Parts: sequence; structure tokens; C-alpha cells
Amino acid sequence: MKQQVLVLYLSSSALDDRVVGWARYDGTGRSNPTTGDSDGDEPPYETGVDALRDGWRLFQASQLIPPYPGHEYDTSFMKHEFLFEKLE
Amino acid sequence: METTSNLLSSVLMARFAAQGFLRFDSVVPDDLNAVAMDAMRDGVPDVPYGVPLSKAFPPDSFAHRLVTLPVVAGALRSLVGPEPTVDHIAVHVREPHEGSAQPLHGDAIIDTRRDAFDVQLMYYPHEVTADMGGTLLVPGSHLRLTNESDTGRYQNLRGQIRLTCPAGTVLFLHHGIWHGGRRNDSAQRRYMFKTRFNPTTPQVRLWDTADLDDPAVRAELTTTFPWYEFATGRLEVYNRIKLWRTLTGDDTFDIDYWATRVSNRPGRTA
Repeated sequence: MKQQVLVLYLSSSALDDRVVGWARYDGTGRSNPTTGDSDGDEPPYETGVDALRDGWRLFQASQLIPPYPGHEYDTSFMKHEFLFEKLE
Repeated sequence: METTSNLLSSVLMARFAAQGFLRFDSVVPDDLNAVAMDAMRDGVPDVPYGVPLSKAFPPDSFAHRLVTLPVVAGALRSLVGPEPTVDHIAVHVREPHEGSAQPLHGDAIIDTRRDAFDVQLMYYPHEVTADMGGTLLVPGSHLRLTNESDTGRYQNLRGQIRLTCPAGTVLFLHHGIWHGGRRNDSAQRRYMFKTRFNPTTPQVRLWDTADLDDPAVRAELTTTFPWYEFATGRLEVYNRIKLWRTLTGDDTFDIDYWATRVSNRPGRTA
């Protein structure tokens, strides 16, 4: 059994919100996705729920963590990361 | 060195503050591109960290000719002021049919400066086509505090730029911008010359400020990008307000009252 992983970054913490970033890692060895090489500029799914409907299984979503005092306006990593898998 | 002409406008400076880069296509003449290609194939001598720009490159070198082109000199003067120091240089080569891309990254370690910035120049001496895997750029990522390749997990972001450009194109980048060399699927080696400049003077109103009140300045500063999460995208605009206040020396500048509102504490003193 081998795992394919899909990472979606959404516009908010809601799983049905818009996909703004994405990455794929293919444990089957059939493909080798790398940075900036996705076909076209559109994500594979419009929302996180669309990925569920296509058979991807969600296994992790980012926690909502309050900003640390003094860092309320700092921006850093993408906040709303959702990890999906398919097994085959 | 010519430094008083070809200064950037306020609109272009605002674009840099919002997007983290400026792009100038085909500004390097073909004869200099040819000289640069030869030099980059042969190996470009290293430059020690912290050398003043006027002493960094031999007068007959392509690098000297590059940084003294009026458009390049004017942009550098506008962004980092007179006589910046040269941080380092690098010739980046992406080999034909290279199997993988660089992970998305910012150069150097995390840089927390909010009131100063370094500028990196990227110079492409030959045409870069889509299958040559040009530089990947993420507009508006430069104010995010991330460390080097910790962003490597992000393969694709909406609105990313997969650079294709004609020969002689020059980019100026804020030190914090997320970028990476894409996979080269062509049969040609791809070359890019990069160098970093550190300011030695306060970065305040160094450009041609005649258009400072042009509504287009504000329009540039309110640009958002398709990859921004909705809430965090607002913080990006807030951070640009702070950057623009620093660059202009105007601590009353605001966009839609955002910074004014959250600093309002009637009756209290600092």
C-alpha cells in the first residue's frame, strides 16, 4: 500500500473555502511533482471539500493559534494547511 | 557612476513596496549580454562581502557595465541609495533536463528588519522560455517572516510568476521575497547572475518623489494577490503601510484608516 499526499492551503480555516496554494507528493513513484511545475496556474481543486468529493481523505488540518503578544501583525507561513491522502 | 537620472517614480516604488520586486525587460543591450554570457561560462571572480559598489567590479567587467547602465543605476539609487555595499555575487546555472526544482525559499536567514531592506539584482543574459524553468517568484511574499527554505513545502501558490523573459532582463528583489529556480526541462543551460546590495544611507525618499500624491501610489499599495489568505492579506496591507511610512518619512500615511484606527488610544501617553 502506497500513499499519495495532497497539501492544500485555503483562504481561511474553513474546509469549504477557496484553495490558494497546493503541493503533491507521490509515494507510488509514478510522478515527481516539484516546485512551480503544476499544470497551468489553477489548483487541482477549487475548495478543500472538492478534494474530499474526489476521494481524498483528510488527515490533518492546521490548528488555530492566537498570535503571540507583540507579533499580532507579523505574517509568516500559510496558516490554513490541510493534508489529504489517497492509498493504493 | 551615473546615479542622478533614471530614478524610479513613486508609483514604481510603491509597486516594489507591495510586490517585493520590479522587472525591467530587455534593458541590457545585446553586446553586453554576449560579454556577460562568456564571462559567466568562464567563471566570474568573487566579490568580498561589504565592498562599496564603486570598487566592487573591474571597470572593464560586464558587472560594472551592468550596474552603470542608467536604468540599473537609477533603480539602485532609488532603492538603496548612493554607494551601497555589494554583499555577494552568484552565477546560478540550471542544467538541461534537471530533474527537480529549488524549493521555494528566501535568501539568507530570517531577516526581521522593517525599516531597511537589501535589494537583490537578478540578470538574465539570454532569453528564458517556459521549458527552461525560469525563476519562480511569489509577488507580495517579501514581508513574511520565514527562514530560508522553510517554505519548501509550498509547491504552487495562486498568482505565482513563472518567469519567462527576453535577453537582457533585470529584476530587483526585496531580500525577503519567496522564490526558487524552476526545473529546467529544456536542452539548454540556463544562466542567471545575482548580486545583493546593502544600503549605507537611510532609505527615505531616495527616488523621484514628484508623483508622491498620485492616486496610483495608493492603488499599488492596496494590491492583493490570489495566494493571500483573506485575513492575513489584510495584515500584508497593514505592514505595507508601515513600510511606506518609513520610506516616505510620513508617519501619518494610511490606507482606509487601518493603522490610525489600531493606534488610537485617547488620553494615554506612550
